[in-house]
Amino acid sequence: MLRVENLWVEVAGKQVLKGVNLDIAPGETHILFGKNGSGKTTLLMTIMGFSSYHITEGRIFFKGEDITHLPPYERAKRGIGLSFQRPPTIRGIKTRDIINICGRGRISADDLAERFQFQDFLDRDINLGFSGGELKKSELLQLIAQDPELTLLDEPESGVDLENLQVIGEAIRNLLQKHIRRKRAKSGLIISHQGFILNYLEADKGALMWNGRVHCRGNARELFKHIQEKGYEECAECIAEFMK
Amino acid sequence: MHSRIHEIKEAAESAKDKKGTYGPDIDLSQYKKNATPHPYEEKLGSFGPEESDKLTAVGIDISQDQRSGTFLLKDQSVIHCRTKQDGLEVLSMKEALDRYQWLEEYWWKAVSVDADKYTAQAELSLNDGYFIRSYAFAKSLSPIQACLYMGVENLSQNVHNIIIAEEGSELHIITGCATAPYVLSGLHIGISEFYIKKGAKLTFTMIHNWGRDVMVRPRSAAIVEEEGIFLSNFACLHPVRSLQLYPVTRLVGQGAIARFHSILLATPGSDLDTGARVFLQAPQTRSEIITRAISTGGKIMARGHLIGEVPGIKAHLECMGLLLSEKGGIHAVPELEGKVGGVDMSHEAAVGKIAQEEVEYLMARGLSEEEATSTIVRGFLDVRIEGLPPSLQEELSRVIKQSEKALM
Ligand SMILES: Nc1ncnc2c1ncn2[C@@H]1O[C@H](COP(=O)(O)OP(=O)(O)OP(=O)(O)O)[C@@H](O)[C@H]1O
Ligand SMILES: [Mg+2]
Repeated sequence: MLRVENLWVEVAGKQVLKGVNLDIAPGETHILFGKNGSGKTTLLMTIMGFSSYHITEGRIFFKGEDITHLPPYERAKRGIGLSFQRPPTIRGIKTRDIINICGRGRISADDLAERFQFQDFLDRDINLGFSGGELKKSELLQLIAQDPELTLLDEPESGVDLENLQVIGEAIRNLLQKHIRRKRAKSGLIISHQGFILNYLEADKGALMWNGRVHCRGNARELFKHIQEKGYEECAECIAEFMK
Repeated sequence: MHSRIHEIKEAAESAKDKKGTYGPDIDLSQYKKNATPHPYEEKLGSFGPEESDKLTAVGIDISQDQRSGTFLLKDQSVIHCRTKQDGLEVLSMKEALDRYQWLEEYWWKAVSVDADKYTAQAELSLNDGYFIRSYAFAKSLSPIQACLYMGVENLSQNVHNIIIAEEGSELHIITGCATAPYVLSGLHIGISEFYIKKGAKLTFTMIHNWGRDVMVRPRSAAIVEEEGIFLSNFACLHPVRSLQLYPVTRLVGQGAIARFHSILLATPGSDLDTGARVFLQAPQTRSEIITRAISTGGKIMARGHLIGEVPGIKAHLECMGLLLSEKGGIHAVPELEGKVGGVDMSHEAAVGKIAQEEVEYLMARGLSEEEATSTIVRGFLDVRIEGLPPSLQEELSRVIKQSEKALM
């Protein structure tokens, strides 16, 4: 579904990604861990096609097509959706408007909001004054309306309370068709610090972003447990060992 | 009283050559002083399709179905003037002055006649204007519409209006100011004096749509008494050579409120110098001045001046400017003046291009770059105005929508 080849990305004159390789098969969900500032958001924003992330080398393929130089809406049209870590506020554009844009007329914003107890936000300017948890919910609602084939989630659980964590976890499960076993078509790439997401869905793979590169591919739960117990310091040593 | 009228004339004479404080100076002599009179129309029927479109574009409902009264000044003649609702009064200014001796007390009371040569000319060469009043505790069911229209080239139109919302009443006015589609130049001077009495509410929505080379000099002021509410909205979204206005409002009674919303668009060659100044002179008075300005190549000066004179007042100024072109410019001049402790005054201003981050956020949701940009611009202009009747909010949204084509 998604294939990233030797991706080098510069942001504001700084080399952030330094040769990322990634392969997500149809139906697979990958979890990406990594320290603050290691380049996780940069990777997702680059996959979505944001112009301030300059690709200096490498390529991105989606369903076999080279999308390295396509603008974001072409990627959205092809089936990529992103939940932002820090979405911008746009004055004068209501949450309802943006859900309608995402849904392209196939879904009722009111019904969707009702399902997630988000009715009060429909007529508010998008993201204006939203709390941390509300931002995450709003992002997720937009993605549900959009119904992408590849879902990119940048810290969907940060700042979300326990009760809503369950709501959001369930929503992500649906988005990724976790209830379907065979013939599952939807893929995901999820950034997580707390690993709560692992309580809600089975991830196929886990990986670690370290200084602009992806390492330690393997079982997501094991990797997370390891990070939890040993911290990123040991990862540093292990990676240094590996890089020799 | 007669001595007052005499003094007014003298003051006007003395200010005949006094330049305005802001905006480019205008040579008044280059405009025609007199226009051919037009007959009164019982039913508005003399406007052709293009002219009607222009009137619709400034919020005028020619059928009058959705209005509780209409006033229409064409060039220098009042061609229509009537009310449909008891408790609301619409008269031509000249008739009102004849009818009501007491009106002299309101004449040039809020606005100074010797402010500049434009106020002076309005006094010395008055064409006419409207007098709109809501009686005590009357509530207007639908808005009253007033239209100031110029149908000939290079005319000077000098208007003086008085609006009185008597105690406890509620009055909604929509004013459309326009030139005929084929008129390119002219001068419009409009004096408006607003008196909002105790507990009254006045909403005043003014929409301008001029010819490319028209000069516009409105001069208005309001006095708001105890618990009175003055809501003033202004949209100018079409080319005009130079428009300069800076209305003054005095909140003289406890708990009085004034809110200003301006929606401005400056196309190449247009120069808009606008603002609002509010004196908060009584406890618990509140004021808000909100401006949304877009330049596609023209110049906009967005002023705002809030003066807090007593403790316990609250005032806020907000100016958002979008530059959609490399040319032109937006200059926000927010001023806050607290004269005593215990005032709560703030301002927020931002001028710039559309944030790429916002455009791309919408692109990530499936909009093309152009669609994303126009969605953001539309949202930027589409200000929800608290306290405005839904029908007027719709009217304003419609006017904004119509002008969007010119924007993109
Ligand atoms: N617009 C920018 N200007 C300057 N530096 C930037 C910009 N965007 C990203 N960076 C830098 O790039 C590096 C990677 O940032 P990125 O947001 O990808 O990290 P992250 O792994 O998502 O971190 P976190 O876990 O804190 O979200 C950081 O050092 C960050 O400061
Ligand atoms: Mg991040």
